[in-house]
Amino acid sequence: MTVMITVEAATDGRRHSAALVAGLVLSGLVVGAALLSLAWTPYDPTAINVAGRLAAPTGAHWFGTDAYGRDVFSQVLAGAQSALAVALAAVGVGLGCGVPLGLLAAGRRGWVEEVAMRGSDIVFAFPALITAVLIAALCGPGAIDAIAAIGLFNIPIFAKVTRAAALSVWARDYTLAARLAGKGAGRISLDHVLPNIAGLLLVQATIQLSLGIIADAGLSFVGLGTQAPRPSWGRMLADSQTLADLAPWLVLFPGLGVVAAVLGFNLLGEGLRAHLNPRRGA
Amino acid sequence: MPLLDIRDFSLSVDGRALLNAVSLTVDPGQIVALVGGSGSGKSMTALSVLGLTPPGARAQGSIRLDGQELTALTDRGMDAVRGRDVGLVFQEPMTALNPVLSIGAQVAETVRVHGMARRAEAARVADAMLARVGLPADRFPRSRRPHELSGGQRQRVAIAAALAAKPKLLIADEPTTALDVTTQARILDLLVDLVRQDGLGLLLISHDLALVSGVADRVVVLQEGAVVESGPPAIVLQSPEHPYTRRLLAGAVPPRQRPDTPPAPVQPPLLAAQEIVRDYALPRPTLWAKPGTLRAVDRVSLAVHRGESVGIVGESGSGKSTLLRTLLAADRPQAGTVRLLDQDWSAVSEGARRRLRRHVQMVFQDPVGSFDPRWRVERLVAEPLALLDAPLSPALRRRRVEELLGQVGLAPEDADRFPHEFSGGQRQRIAIARALAVQPDLIALDEATSALDMLTRAQILDLLADLSRRLGLAYLVVSHDLAVVEALTDRLLVMQDGHVVEEGPTVQVLSQPRHPYTASLVAATPTLPVQGA
Repeated sequence: MTVMITVEAATDGRRHSAALVAGLVLSGLVVGAALLSLAWTPYDPTAINVAGRLAAPTGAHWFGTDAYGRDVFSQVLAGAQSALAVALAAVGVGLGCGVPLGLLAAGRRGWVEEVAMRGSDIVFAFPALITAVLIAALCGPGAIDAIAAIGLFNIPIFAKVTRAAALSVWARDYTLAARLAGKGAGRISLDHVLPNIAGLLLVQATIQLSLGIIADAGLSFVGLGTQAPRPSWGRMLADSQTLADLAPWLVLFPGLGVVAAVLGFNLLGEGLRAHLNPRRGA
Repeated sequence: MPLLDIRDFSLSVDGRALLNAVSLTVDPGQIVALVGGSGSGKSMTALSVLGLTPPGARAQGSIRLDGQELTALTDRGMDAVRGRDVGLVFQEPMTALNPVLSIGAQVAETVRVHGMARRAEAARVADAMLARVGLPADRFPRSRRPHELSGGQRQRVAIAAALAAKPKLLIADEPTTALDVTTQARILDLLVDLVRQDGLGLLLISHDLALVSGVADRVVVLQEGAVVESGPPAIVLQSPEHPYTRRLLAGAVPPRQRPDTPPAPVQPPLLAAQEIVRDYALPRPTLWAKPGTLRAVDRVSLAVHRGESVGIVGESGSGKSTLLRTLLAADRPQAGTVRLLDQDWSAVSEGARRRLRRHVQMVFQDPVGSFDPRWRVERLVAEPLALLDAPLSPALRRRRVEELLGQVGLAPEDADRFPHEFSGGQRQRIAIARALAVQPDLIALDEATSALDMLTRAQILDLLADLSRRLGLAYLVVSHDLAVVEALTDRLLVMQDGHVVEEGPTVQVLSQPRHPYTASLVAATPTLPVQGA
């Protein structure tokens, strides 16, 4: 039977390593843009130049300029930075709260598991957008609002993924062996469960990262995310929707940014999933 | 002309030779048994016939089915052969069947895929086939799904699916290995009956010589991808010529490793269970109904004394594994008590149990699942050392692990390797080393040799017997394999449906069973013909 599994892994492997390479290139591009914008952008992304407004892409302005004459290339670079910052922070919130919750649920079972999982269901019942509106009403709109709303939404996802994967590890005999070696549920969760599900969590994190970028673009599109004058892809799209006929580059480039980020992290996740599959090594 | 004619067939993957000039034939109506240890190339031979060799495999030689050269066929051409001319029955019926398809659809599928019948006709063929394998429609509606059947019934469905398209050749790869011993005999009888009735050729792959000796017309012995001996079972199994065949035969009947008169039990017992009961909650039938319970262990009492070896036998579902988990205080009994070294064990908190844990350790069945795949052997074997009062320094810990590996016949440098780098038998040695790490008084063996072939099983049994003699270890041996308990235990408990139905000295229970269930277990266990007769 082991033979059959190898066959499957080998044919799957080729397709997935292509996904991994493509994902690495695209997400590398986005991360590179974000890092670059920390140190350098061709123009100040917030500098207004009314005389040079709505200029088509040229050698001086690679992606053209917007209705206020701001350089679109600089804004796209800076937008990558704010999109990534929000998505990363939100994934951090999800990992930080969801993983311990999931480990606890799988390690303790019984009513602890019941409370954690039904709590997750309740959070799931509120769409991220509604939560963002609620938080914005309480604390005012901004990047923190977006992080909190998307992060809150990530918690039950990580909690459920962690619990499901942890339960399959708990079903293995080596956790029983660890109990016979006198280890408690907490120790076993850290020693055995977490390292064995880390790959899966990494894959889930890249997928949540891409979803976070979409959610951040959506929130800033409706004005709940990163606030002006800090550039964000969502608001760039919102600002330029009436000018799309006149200056299509205003929609095209931030749109491409979102697509590159989402596709990149998704492909990366897909490639990693196959790459980290323990059956490959066994 | 033989039905299947494999001639000088060699196969290598990435330069590693898996099969080396294998030649064998199967005539119509003939049963040929292919035997050998794990890794001997038995399954690879079957997969080669079906054209299912791994990618990158290089093949040489010829495989002819009814005169047609199979090695020359394209993958598409092979599709027409698989299932239609050659049927296949796997070891594990649960994974070989599609869980979402009804049994009727499952069997009808083979017929329809090959365009031999339309939907209604295929359903009729499937129905008739299922009835032939002993699943009549009135008791087994065709809409049942695999999970609603027992292991033996599932294997019947798999056999029906393999035979539905009326193939000329059936390949059965360890078809009864995953089944209980009483089921095993019935499934094998069924398979042989069907093959004889239809005049099919059967290539029966098994590591169990006793099993094939009763049914095969020819036995082919494979070692490391090469045929070392073949002939009628009366010759091959009774006066074997090749040393490998002799070793296989010796492994099939492991010698008894316990003294004829067991030492008088030392009081108090090491482990003593009084009337323990273990229930499992069943899923609620409806939302508001009270959840039912399944009594997996029903008022079982037993004692294991210092240096004694006690066996528990029973089929799957008899409650023997649940009993073991309760005895090791992995689960808490609903009633009754377990005492270890005359101290409270089942009734106290895990914190209070911790200082006693080092006295009892365990070896598991599954050589893959018993180790964290991300840990190296050193860390794995050293894990229970945390139970000792004083932690060992890294250098001492390493010394201790190397010493333990030596005790189980492994090399010191194996400590730096990962579990997946070892064979099944070696992994069980690592598991034994881990169990020995804290110098326990009792080791529980939960089907510890069930996943191994007979040669490896014999080696592990030798090792366990040797360790018990040298270290004065007591064993609690849980197994469905009578040969194992016969070799390794002084006293035997027979379990059925959560009850102990018979108990006594092992030799006596197996030679003069008093309970009908014990008698049926003994009768169903295949035996080898007497050698040299």
